[in-house]
Amino acid sequence: MTTTVSPMTAPASRGARPSSLATAVRLGVLRAGYETKIYFRQGDSIFFTFLFPIVMLTIFSVAFSSPDVHAPGISAAAAYLPGMAAAGILLSGVQNLAVDIAGERSDGTLKRLAGSPLPVLSYFLGKFGQVLVTSLLQLTLLLLVASIAFGVELPIDAGSWLTLAWVYLLGIATSAILGIALSGLPRTGKSATAVVIPITLVLQFISGVYVSFALLPDWLQNVAAVLPLKWMAQGMRAVFLPDSFAAQETTGGWDLGTTALVLGIWLVVGLLVSRLTFRWIRKDA
Amino acid sequence: MLPPQSEDGHHGVMAISSSDPVVRVRGLTKSYAGYEALRGVDFDILPGETFALLGPNGAGKSTTIEILEGYRDRTAGEVSVLGSDPGRGDLDWKARLGIVLQSSGEQGNVTVREQLAHFSRLYPHPRDVDEVIEAVGLTAKARTRIRALSGGERRRVDVALGIIGRPELLFLDEPTTGFDPEARRSFWDLIRGLQREGTTILLTTHYLDEAAQLSDRGVVLAGGRIVAEGAIDQLGGATRRTPTVRWTEGGERREVRTDTPAAVVAELTRRLPGEPVDLEVARPSLEDIYLELVARTAEEAHA
Repeated sequence: MTTTVSPMTAPASRGARPSSLATAVRLGVLRAGYETKIYFRQGDSIFFTFLFPIVMLTIFSVAFSSPDVHAPGISAAAAYLPGMAAAGILLSGVQNLAVDIAGERSDGTLKRLAGSPLPVLSYFLGKFGQVLVTSLLQLTLLLLVASIAFGVELPIDAGSWLTLAWVYLLGIATSAILGIALSGLPRTGKSATAVVIPITLVLQFISGVYVSFALLPDWLQNVAAVLPLKWMAQGMRAVFLPDSFAAQETTGGWDLGTTALVLGIWLVVGLLVSRLTFRWIRKDA
Repeated sequence: MLPPQSEDGHHGVMAISSSDPVVRVRGLTKSYAGYEALRGVDFDILPGETFALLGPNGAGKSTTIEILEGYRDRTAGEVSVLGSDPGRGDLDWKARLGIVLQSSGEQGNVTVREQLAHFSRLYPHPRDVDEVIEAVGLTAKARTRIRALSGGERRRVDVALGIIGRPELLFLDEPTTGFDPEARRSFWDLIRGLQREGTTILLTTHYLDEAAQLSDRGVVLAGGRIVAEGAIDQLGGATRRTPTVRWTEGGERREVRTDTPAAVVAELTRRLPGEPVDLEVARPSLEDIYLELVARTAEEAHA
């Protein structure tokens, strides 16, 4: 045994590794595929995150099927579609990742990864990839259901689709990073849903997803206006509602610039919080 | 398939080689609020050696191993693992380690093969996925989701994940908990294969026969201190290994500890009429020695 020299320790072969960023990106893509596969194998995440906005749209559309209840001139499905699109982005990002990562911290997944040569960056690229794939599928499915089942007319002009593209991308990036930032809050994986779901649920109620924003008292509107979901929902209304509806917004316009600004600020805040607080494991916990 | 394990002096006697220790621990201490888990621990693990960390629950075994793996910070002392401080180990350093943690509870929504194939791609020079699955005896379960496996089978997945990256240094923290005797034997074969390849191994276990079978050297930890160290077949010193001769005389069980058991038996044969009843000559097993060492430490702590 004393004379055995392992061939695997040859340092020459180790020097030939590609740059660390290229490796991190390659492994990030690998993780994204792995994470997405696992996502669709978990029954609870499919229902509470993936299908939830579609189910809610269906319920509201059927329950409030008489026109003019919510917004004069359009169907209930058309009135609820923007809010559900925004809620889907919030759930796929914040709720999905906060619960998922808290669970992984608690069940030992992160500890195992911490002992492997997986870069932290790859882990997060994998999460972003999973969120991107699943939320895009979710949004597509939502639009198909709205259009085919409830006859909602989707926009035909390129400008609206361009707005949809950037509101979606900025919204999902912000939601994903806020999900990572929030994942440190629950102390155990079991408590994660109990901690995270009330946050996203309250956010949805005060941000014009279920309840028309104009019906909320001023102080609650002001609170919601510093949080990201209100602006994601407003951006989606700009995409899916006729321009005449802009008059019902707080300032009488779609304020897409403010949407970009508020989401951008939350994106940076989320990045900073995640950067400062994320640890593979709680040492000495 | 496997050459017999040498039972002679090779076992545990490591020639002084020019290579540095793979693990070097000096004056390692770890304090939690109001409680000292480790109180100055020193040991070296040499290249290619299998080193056992023995001791009762709470002795500091897991704390030690987790400090070496980089999972815990130390309070004081010097630690070097594969030439690096584990508190600052980078990704290239981690790629040279294999870690089998004491427990794992992942969701397991992937199959055995998917999980190993995925982890193999995180390492620069991984082993062949199917060979590793075969080596841990899970070929028939390769396409089963991990959550559907038994506890012992999940443990074998942990071991497989620990070796998939072809580690130079493998940490095994109670690896065979939940194994049936047959699975434990095949695990031992697997470890002997890794030893032949030159893998350095740090093993903690509560199964003393396992430690005796697999390790070259080891230490016994109790109360955060090393109470015995050395070659695994000499642990505790020569006097603790003194054989015992037992027999029954006049309906009463007798025993003598002696360095000359043959002479005792010869004397018995002379003195007693016929064959001595229930005669046995036994050398203390590692377990007997271990229990004696740990009991003595506990007494000293109370004294």
